[in-house]
This record gives sequence, C-alpha cells and structure tokens, in this order.
Amino acid sequence: MRPGTKLFIGAGLMLALALALFVSPFASSSPDGLNKVAIEKGFDDTAEDHALDGSPLAGYAVRGITDERISKALSGLIGVLMTFGVGLLIFGVVARRREKEGQPLGEST
Amino acid sequence: MHIPDGFINAGTSLGAGAASAAGIGVALRRTGDWLEDRQVPMAGLVAAFIFAVQMLNFPVALGTSGHLLGGALAAVLVGPWAGMICVSVVLLVQALFADGGLTALGLNVLNMGIVTSLVGYGTFVALRKVLPATKPAVSAAAGVAAALSVVISSVAFAAEYAIGGTGTAPVGAVAAAMVGVHAIIGIGEGLITAATVGMVLSVRPDLVYGGWGVAAPLDAGPATPAAQEAK
Repeated sequence: MRPGTKLFIGAGLMLALALALFVSPFASSSPDGLNKVAIEKGFDDTAEDHALDGSPLAGYAVRGITDERISKALSGLIGVLMTFGVGLLIFGVVARRREKEGQPLGEST
Repeated sequence: MHIPDGFINAGTSLGAGAASAAGIGVALRRTGDWLEDRQVPMAGLVAAFIFAVQMLNFPVALGTSGHLLGGALAAVLVGPWAGMICVSVVLLVQALFADGGLTALGLNVLNMGIVTSLVGYGTFVALRKVLPATKPAVSAAAGVAAALSVVISSVAFAAEYAIGGTGTAPVGAVAAAMVGVHAIIGIGEGLITAATVGMVLSVRPDLVYGGWGVAAPLDAGPATPAAQEAK
C-alpha cells in the first residue's frame, strides 16, 4: 500500500467517525420511509420486538450512558470501528484466498 | 428501510434468506477473483462509511425521514460484488444495534445490498456509456443510478409484502406509498452518492472501481475487472 493510500484510508475513516460522532446525534428521528408507510397503512403493529433488544448497543445507544446524544454518538463510533474491523476481516480472507490460488493479475474475469 | 421481524412471514423471509445467501456466495467468489491485499482497506472503509452515513436520517416530508442505503455507492467505489458484501457487513453489525430484524436479515440483504448494488451498477454502466469520461459525468451517473436503486429497492419490498406480508393493507396501496416516499428519499441518496464519488474522484480517482477512463493510473493501475474490461 502506498503512503498515499494509507493517508486516504485514514482520512476516510476519520470522516466516517466524525459523521457518526458529531452529525448522527442531530439526525432526524422521524420514522423512515418504510416505517412511515407501515404506520400509514396500519401494519406497523405486525413488527415483533428485536431479538437483540437486550444488546448493550440496542437502538444506537450505549447502555449506561443516559445523555441521548452522547449515547448515540458513542454507539456510532463503536459501530463504525466494528464495521471497519469486520470488513477488513472478511475482505482480507477473500483477498488471501485469491493470493493462495496464485492467480496472476488480470487473468480472471 | 430496515425490515423488522414480523412484517413479512417466516416462509418468505426464509426464501429471501436463501436467495441472499446464494447471492453473497457468488459475490464472495467474484470478489475473490480480483481483490488484492492492497485493496482490502478501501473495501473496509466503504463499509464503515456506509454504516456512519446510514445513521444520518434526513427529513424528506412531514414526519418522515430517509437515510442512505449505500449499495449503489459501494458498487461504484468497489464494484457490485464487493459492494453488496459491504452493505451486508453493515447490516450484520447493525443487528447488534437491534436495527433490522434477524429473521428479516435475508430480506434486508436482498433489498438494501443485492438489489441496490446490481440495479445501481447496471444503471451506472449504462449511463457511463452515453456520458463523457469526465469526473463530473461519473459522479452524476453514480447519483442517478443511486436514486433509481432506492426506488427499485422499495419495489422489492412491495413484492415481498405481496408474497408474504402479514399486514392487511392492500398490496397496491403499500406499493404506491413505498415508491412515492422512496422517490424522494432517492434524491437524497443520489446527492450523497454523487458527492461522495466526486470527493474520492478528486483525490484518488484510481481507487474508484467505476472510474475507468477518467484518470491515468497512478501506480500499477487499478486491477479491477471494470478497468480490465475498459483497456
């Protein structure tokens, strides 16, 4: 990886973290398109409780942190880092499999 | 757009789960055909960025909000196959945030990841064929493709509701309402997608999978199938 790429990835990750930390607490809390349609058309009550409602991160909040905005900001920070981590892991495995097969560049379709 | 458990019956959810698993299986194989170690961080970043922006609900009408789905954005940045994996990773992590049902995970991967990536990328490629090979044109193509992908994703939900919806509302009314509100949400999706693609194109055009022809490769050149095809 060239230094330029490292810088780009770092800056991109900082941007994602900044959006999650500083912008997400001020995002609209209105129901989204699907939920609104469900309410309007009267099938919102068919939704079941989420199996992971007991998760310490349920509802984009960190359990134990009562300030709604800080709680959401921190949950966003955790979520972005977790997604980056899981992404690196999965794509890392996918890329390694290719390296192992020793496919020369450009011969794949 | 995250479907909670209960909206769609178990059988339909299971069917969508099987279809999604098959789709992601193909996506993993296709991505494995070209992804190199040095391209892994970019793919991870795209997933992380989508997680962040999905938290940013914007108001679209009185008492309604929308947020980025990101499938088309991911498809343009890292290709349609890696793109749908990115959105699936986001949905997987979001389960810990109790967003989007667990039995509905297959439905959500299908609607928000697979449909948006494929429709978005297909539209993007078609637009690129008729537009000049310039950065603004590539950004615009990505934006329009993203907007359409959201509308088609809402049609996919309507189809699933038609097959296995547990609600009693007529399918036609649900479909019309879904398409109506997502046409507006799609504008937001298009703007965010065009801005993001434009931003990456301005600093590292070689990192944009769908950016063939707009910039001379900086190093070994993009090793993506799209770039190979364009050569």
